[in-house]
Amino acid sequence: MKKGEYTAMKKLTFKRHLAESLKSLKRNGWMSVAAISAVTVTLLLVGVLLSILLNVNKIAHDVENDVQVRVIIDRGTNEKQIKQIKQKLTKIDGVKKIEFSSRSEELKNIIGVYGNDFRLFRGDSNPLYDVYVVDTKSPSQTITVANKAKKIKNVYDARYGGIAAKKLFKVVGTVQRWGAIISILLLFVAVFLISNTIRITILSRKDEIGIMRLVGATNNYIRWPFVLEGAWTGLFGAIIPIVLVDVGYNWAYAVLSKSLESTSYRLLVPGQFLWQIDLLLAVIGIVIGALGAGVSMSKFLKI
Amino acid sequence: MIEFKNVTKKYANDITATDNISVKIKTGEFVYVVGPSGAGKSTFIKMMYREEVPTSGEIKVNKYELENIKSREVPYLRRELGIVFQDFKLLPRLTIFENIAYALQVIEKTPEEVTERVNRVLELVNLVDKKNNFPTELSGGEQQRIAIARAIANQPSILIADEPTGNLDPETAEEIMDILERINQGGTTVVMATHNSYIVNEYKHRVIEINSGRIIRDEEGGVYSNEKANV
Ligand SMILES: Nc1ncnc2c1ncn2[C@@H]1O[C@H](COP(=O)(O)OP(=O)(O)O)[C@@H](O)[C@H]1O
Ligand SMILES: [Mg+2]
Repeated sequence: MKKGEYTAMKKLTFKRHLAESLKSLKRNGWMSVAAISAVTVTLLLVGVLLSILLNVNKIAHDVENDVQVRVIIDRGTNEKQIKQIKQKLTKIDGVKKIEFSSRSEELKNIIGVYGNDFRLFRGDSNPLYDVYVVDTKSPSQTITVANKAKKIKNVYDARYGGIAAKKLFKVVGTVQRWGAIISILLLFVAVFLISNTIRITILSRKDEIGIMRLVGATNNYIRWPFVLEGAWTGLFGAIIPIVLVDVGYNWAYAVLSKSLESTSYRLLVPGQFLWQIDLLLAVIGIVIGALGAGVSMSKFLKI
Repeated sequence: MIEFKNVTKKYANDITATDNISVKIKTGEFVYVVGPSGAGKSTFIKMMYREEVPTSGEIKVNKYELENIKSREVPYLRRELGIVFQDFKLLPRLTIFENIAYALQVIEKTPEEVTERVNRVLELVNLVDKKNNFPTELSGGEQQRIAIARAIANQPSILIADEPTGNLDPETAEEIMDILERINQGGTTVVMATHNSYIVNEYKHRVIEINSGRIIRDEEGGVYSNEKANV
């Protein structure tokens, strides 16, 4: 065969496989629906878990890279003393940037996040403190800078973000692990269901397969339509999870981003992130579908 | 070319279907494999196209040494063989033309090649006018001729037939024999397992007689059975 002819032939073969795979997906009716549903449930869970997991990782990363120390100034400290604090802060090793945030500015931030209920604290009833927001040169310096800042006169306290957040992540870590285990179990269930559906197809086409083998069709050739059918099952199963995860994430992002506004932590922006999740879900669907088909096929083709 | 060297096949239930068989079939020969039911004829034949794997011994088919063949090479071995059964094995959903075309499509012949070859073999078995019919619309003899057409469509060097006339009346069996003879005259090796003593005695060829898994006779131009001359 000439090269061009060969390519044309492969195209023709592929078209034939494609048509065959869709036909038998339809022919299997409710079995296909069951397998697609199994993929849907699985991928929905995987999608949700993955969205949470990746955001937790992102925030953990943000926390690790957090260089902020909040130096809280005693109430009733006058302007001159406040300036002296700044001078002393400047002398501490590792300090990169110092920014003043007055108690009214602090309150504004809170109202921005938690809403108008906090408005009544405006003016003299404001329970907050004036704050110096100090950035250190590296995340590891936050602890020493905070400890030194605490010793400065008129400083009420100095806080850094790491510790509380790190405790939280231990809990989240356990959740992540269980989530991963459940996802993997569900993936197996989906593979199993798909392989059962494909087995029905294989049995219904037993005679054809017998003749294919007799006249010397390669195992790959025989396998293709079934693998494609599995892949379709996976791909169709991914549609609903993709839509729901997209809608859900956009909503969750809008809500949660507000509460994080005052911190230096940020969620993953929906645009690119969702595009990646969608692609991943589709790929997982296709892979488990093809895998399920492969399992049935390898049992059947064994000589 | 087919060569068996000390080939023994034991099934899982401990039945010895062939017992230390050694035989050589040269290219272009016509060979009958005869013997009572359960003698091991089908097993002998199935090992040629790797449907069954011998328990011990060596088999060579054309350039393939079957004891060393890789499973991905088996399809290519089978492309050199045409295989015909007692029960035709045509696909009922497909027309006659499509049945033969199917066998060529799945080994990825180009559409032009497929059409050309299907028409050629349909002419050879003299059933061009039935090409748009479905298998159920044909008589048993006609269906077997289609099965033979399909088997030779890829121009195999060896045609293997396991009781091809088993389901047919004597007259129709002769039609099938005429076609097999013609294929053999074209240079194709023919190996045919059969029960049909009339055919074996009428169309004289080499006879390999198997009993209880052993070759008990191998005779050029032999008759069906030396014991009962006129069964
Ligand atoms: N797949 C199998 N498993 C177990 N025993 C088998 C199998 N196929 C054939 N046999 C046994 O092997 C012997 C030979 O069978 P076979 O080769 O079909 O003989 P023939 O074709 O001459 O009638 C018989 O006893 C048969 O029952
Ligand atoms: Mg038999």
